[in-house]
Amino acid sequence: MVEASSVEIRKVNKYYGQFHALKDIDLSIPPGKVTCLIGPSGSGKSSLLRCINFLEEYDSGEVLIDGQLIGYETPGGRRMAPRRLRQMRSTIGMVFQQFNLWPHMTAQENVAEGLIRVRGMRKRDAMERAAEALTRVGLSDRMGNHPSRLSGGQQQRVAIARAVAMDPRLMLFDEPTSALDPELVGEVLNVMKALAAGGMTMVVVTHEMGFAAHVADQIAFLEAGELVDVDVPSRILREPEDRRIQSFLRTYHERNLI
Amino acid sequence: MFSLSTFLDAFWPLTMAARYTLLVSGLGIALGLVIGAFVCVLALSKSRPARIAAAIWVSYLRGVPMLVQLLVVFFLLPVIGIDVPAIVAAVMTTAIVASAYISEIWRGAIMALPKGQTEAAIAIGMAPRHSWTRIILPQAVALSIPQLINELILLVKASSLVSVVGVMEITRASQAQAGVTFRPLEAYLAAACLYLAINLCLAALGRWLEHRMAV
Ligand SMILES: Nc1ncnc2c1ncn2[C@@H]1O[C@H](COP(=O)(O)OP(=O)(O)OP(=O)(O)O)[C@@H](O)[C@H]1O
Ligand SMILES: [Mg+2]
Repeated sequence: MVEASSVEIRKVNKYYGQFHALKDIDLSIPPGKVTCLIGPSGSGKSSLLRCINFLEEYDSGEVLIDGQLIGYETPGGRRMAPRRLRQMRSTIGMVFQQFNLWPHMTAQENVAEGLIRVRGMRKRDAMERAAEALTRVGLSDRMGNHPSRLSGGQQQRVAIARAVAMDPRLMLFDEPTSALDPELVGEVLNVMKALAAGGMTMVVVTHEMGFAAHVADQIAFLEAGELVDVDVPSRILREPEDRRIQSFLRTYHERNLI
Repeated sequence: MFSLSTFLDAFWPLTMAARYTLLVSGLGIALGLVIGAFVCVLALSKSRPARIAAAIWVSYLRGVPMLVQLLVVFFLLPVIGIDVPAIVAAVMTTAIVASAYISEIWRGAIMALPKGQTEAAIAIGMAPRHSWTRIILPQAVALSIPQLINELILLVKASSLVSVVGVMEITRASQAQAGVTFRPLEAYLAAACLYLAINLCLAALGRWLEHRMAV
């Protein structure tokens, strides 16, 4: 089993122009655990997630991966060398809502590409490793397909395999099942559950409360750029103290009952 | 009366002249692709002066008729002491004009790619040179093929303009033919048939390429 990373987020602020998207966020993500980020649309979940691999630049505060600052040389200092940043990113897997597979490559080539260009593996070894990763997500019979010849659920599993093949120590998921037809959600969640059971550190932005309730070790609730609360699922989902969480859950349940 | 034999006889000299049509448009697009790539890099660069230079290049070349540009280049070159055959001036002008359109075609194709394509590459730790050569350019080039073929067809037709600086391409040859035979209709119809044949071939080539590069 790979060693899992921890993430420490301290007093992180993020602005889009004048708009204050993340306000003094403090969050500890323990190694080998699943942290779910929930909250209303526009609350800053994606922004926070994308600060963790510096896909989005934060303006102040610190994001530490295993104690190492990402993005800057020192807190509030100069940007870190691109090479070093790429090296850090290569140990952090990311899965997107829209899959973002490369359409001109087969499933197997999608998975192998990072191994070749980033890990410097030889093509033959990379393709072999890609085949193993795809087999693990149940796609051994679809390796030669281009993304356009795969269902949404299959595409997302290829995307997960692409990230996992890099041997990440941390996986970030941004609403991985939101773009999927309801009947395809389960197959993706199952792959994620298996990853979690394997001891991967995972940060998951999700609207799947069932997944959050059963798989998360902790749930962080965001609203309007603030981290309202972070606690174990039972506390957040069943006896939330904050009014904003109560009203979010009420709307969620109402929408899902009808 | 339409004379079939005059019409058919016109094809031989016109086919000879078609070599120049193909030379001007073929070399024009080939050089235009190179210059266009360079202009596209400027247009997409982070540097403001570079972007402005690209914008001026593109708007001048798209805003002034090619015929006028040909005449400008043809009469400007001797003034600045460059003495080249008309065919060279014609090819250069064609390439430069094509570069403006081609850089816009490529810029459009690159910008049309979803942001997530590069984000996936960045997130995995890929260096910019690899995300360009492996992710962005292969897709952008495939996406631009129909428009590039379209541009080539436009160039084949626009190459008739270089007749004004004395290049003996299809149009000028058909004028000459008309003058010799006193049969303009037959000569020009033959020219029309030749242009059509060339461009139908190019369109077929385009469909074949498009099919091959389809993702
Ligand atoms: N690139 C951007 N430029 C300007 N504003 C942005 C940008 N990205 C996000 N925002 C704004 O920042 C806020 C937080 O956005 P974010 O995408 O993080 O929210 P979210 O919680 O992920 O929402 P959703 O559930 O809809 O995905 C929103 O109000 C959004 O409009
Ligand atoms: Mg989001």
